[in-house]
Amino acid sequence: MDDLILLNILILGGTAFIAALVLYIVSKRFAVKTDEMVISIAAALPQANCGACGKAGCADFATACARADEASFANLYCPVGGAAVMQKIASLRGFAATDKAPTVAVLRCQGNCQNAPAKVNYEAVSSCRIANRISSGQSGCPDGCLHLGDCVKVCKFGALSFDEASGMPVVDSKKCTSCGACVKICPRGLFEIRPQSLAGGMVYVACRNKQKGAVARKNCSKACIGCMKCAKICDKIKIENNLSYIPPEVDAGEFGAELAQNCPTSAIIYKERIHD
Amino acid sequence: MIKEYTFPMGGLHIEKYKITADCPIVEAQIPEIVNIPVKQHIGSPAKILVSKGDKVKVGTLLADADGIVSSDVHSSVSGEVIKIEDLPSASGYEEKMITIKTEGDKWEKSVNRKPEVIKEINLTQEEIITKIREGGIVGMGGAGYPTPIKTSVPEGKKVELLIINGIECEPFLTADDRLMVEHAEEIIMGARVINRALGIQNAIIAIDENKPRAIEILTNLSKRYIGVNVKVCRTKYPQGGEKQLIKAITGKELPLGKLPIDVGCIVQNVGTVFAVYEAVLKNKPLFERIVTVSGDGCQHPCNYKVRVGTPVSDLIEATGGLSTDVHKIVLGGPMMGNAIVNTSAPVTKLTSGILLLKDENFSKKEASSCIRCGKCALSCPAGLRPFAIKQAISFNDTAEDLRKLHAGDCIECGCCAYVCPANIPLLDYCKIAKQEIRKK
Repeated sequence: MDDLILLNILILGGTAFIAALVLYIVSKRFAVKTDEMVISIAAALPQANCGACGKAGCADFATACARADEASFANLYCPVGGAAVMQKIASLRGFAATDKAPTVAVLRCQGNCQNAPAKVNYEAVSSCRIANRISSGQSGCPDGCLHLGDCVKVCKFGALSFDEASGMPVVDSKKCTSCGACVKICPRGLFEIRPQSLAGGMVYVACRNKQKGAVARKNCSKACIGCMKCAKICDKIKIENNLSYIPPEVDAGEFGAELAQNCPTSAIIYKERIHD
Repeated sequence: MIKEYTFPMGGLHIEKYKITADCPIVEAQIPEIVNIPVKQHIGSPAKILVSKGDKVKVGTLLADADGIVSSDVHSSVSGEVIKIEDLPSASGYEEKMITIKTEGDKWEKSVNRKPEVIKEINLTQEEIITKIREGGIVGMGGAGYPTPIKTSVPEGKKVELLIINGIECEPFLTADDRLMVEHAEEIIMGARVINRALGIQNAIIAIDENKPRAIEILTNLSKRYIGVNVKVCRTKYPQGGEKQLIKAITGKELPLGKLPIDVGCIVQNVGTVFAVYEAVLKNKPLFERIVTVSGDGCQHPCNYKVRVGTPVSDLIEATGGLSTDVHKIVLGGPMMGNAIVNTSAPVTKLTSGILLLKDENFSKKEASSCIRCGKCALSCPAGLRPFAIKQAISFNDTAEDLRKLHAGDCIECGCCAYVCPANIPLLDYCKIAKQEIRKK
């Protein structure tokens, strides 16, 4: 009986030892050389794998950072990690960190149930992509929010939520990492990633309607009517197809409050600085 | 035993609701203002020839075909062009339209307005095709494919048979039915005109067995004309689909991605054939069509002869107005038509019906999970698996994956969504899949 136990231990133990030896030799002989720099950079990254940097994922971005020279490093930026993470990576590489203004996604539509009341009922699949193909939407505005929340479903960071009272998606600017997933999914292109200047906040036109003023106003009380008032305040503002667009270069601190006050339909939104 | 013509794969037997089958065609009142879209067909929009302030007559050319896959657009009223603008269409999206204010009813002199049926064709192939092109004729079954392309045989192809589609398998719609009953002789002459353009002798008028009057009239008349035959098809939805009809009549399977001409057939809707007759033998361009206004929410259902550009709301008014319990307004048939968001939208060359629906049978039911019963795949006349397409779309699959499921061959008949016991709107997913494939 004792012999049997001893024999078992010997056979199993011996097999285990030989297997371990083989594994050890193989792991030493065929070891994949990894760059220590890549591992340490990857550890600093948020590991969201969202693709916002333009690379396939965090590992790909870390490799690109590790291989970049000083000039090409300046073009790499992780919008999710922001300045803090880039600072860390820059110090690992021994480069100077590029200073970029923090960005955030903004919804360029104010067509909620009060401003743009529904005229018809939508009954098909609860998806903006499908609704956009079928009709101009419940309010009748062919460029407005469809209130079906494809953007909320696609946001990986929980920064978009659906406000039941207004029927509109709301961006939580603290959680938003400006990964751009909402920009890609929205069939009407209502989201835009905008930098917030460090001095002031940001100012943008919350409307994408290209119809003539009178037609646009029929569907939504806060539609841009292309009245040119904003263009008179700041000459960088361009008005095309009855729609005003405020480029990100416009200094929100200088013009923001004035633009928002003078917009006759309050289509221009001015927000004070949110990021720290 | 009489052979029954029908297609074997998929299809459904659905309730017919043909309540307007015995209502004669009534000329609708000419509206005060018409909005005529410049794109009422597949292809590029027509080039506008008129400008604001121009005086036009009924039948005046407003816009010229831009390219081969395009079609002419003619005025449907006489009066003054008051604006050329982007206006909301039935879907709510804007389209370029020519707005004309009506003054009287003066027709172009070239149009022959005598009611007698012309029975002589003294035109050559080229002359016929030119007249069809100048008449702005498009496929009036709903696709809007320019007819001149379909009536000219490309080199290397051989056409043996013209099939005239008088199936009208959609519930409610009776526009084609009434046209066959009231204008049978014109349709037969139209068939002969197209036959001459194609250079063939045979035409088959396919009629669904649920139209006994049209069958009787056309069968008796066709005995007087050599080469024109009537075939009665067993009722099944969607028999009016081009592939299904070819299979039912000739037994030939139309391979995926091929055109009817590849199996030697040309299929034309009876509405189109009638329009061809009028354009070629009476010089009357396509500016009016038969529209069925029906539905269980409609007070006086009727078949109207409507000028293109008439607002949908005018026709609804004419049938007794919109009652408050109407749930939705559908342009086209209940299976394939789209619910509209804007009743000021105009009737186009492709509008076969306006349905006012109130019954809860026609409203959306809460969708639940797929139970994998496979009913959608069994009912699909194109042999697709709609449940798999739905899944692919919900998982954001690539266009390549959708192409492997042959989603591009969906004919959008709506059988899958109709039979689904879980009330999943499968047709919407298939439409999205088609869109994704087209995007590439």
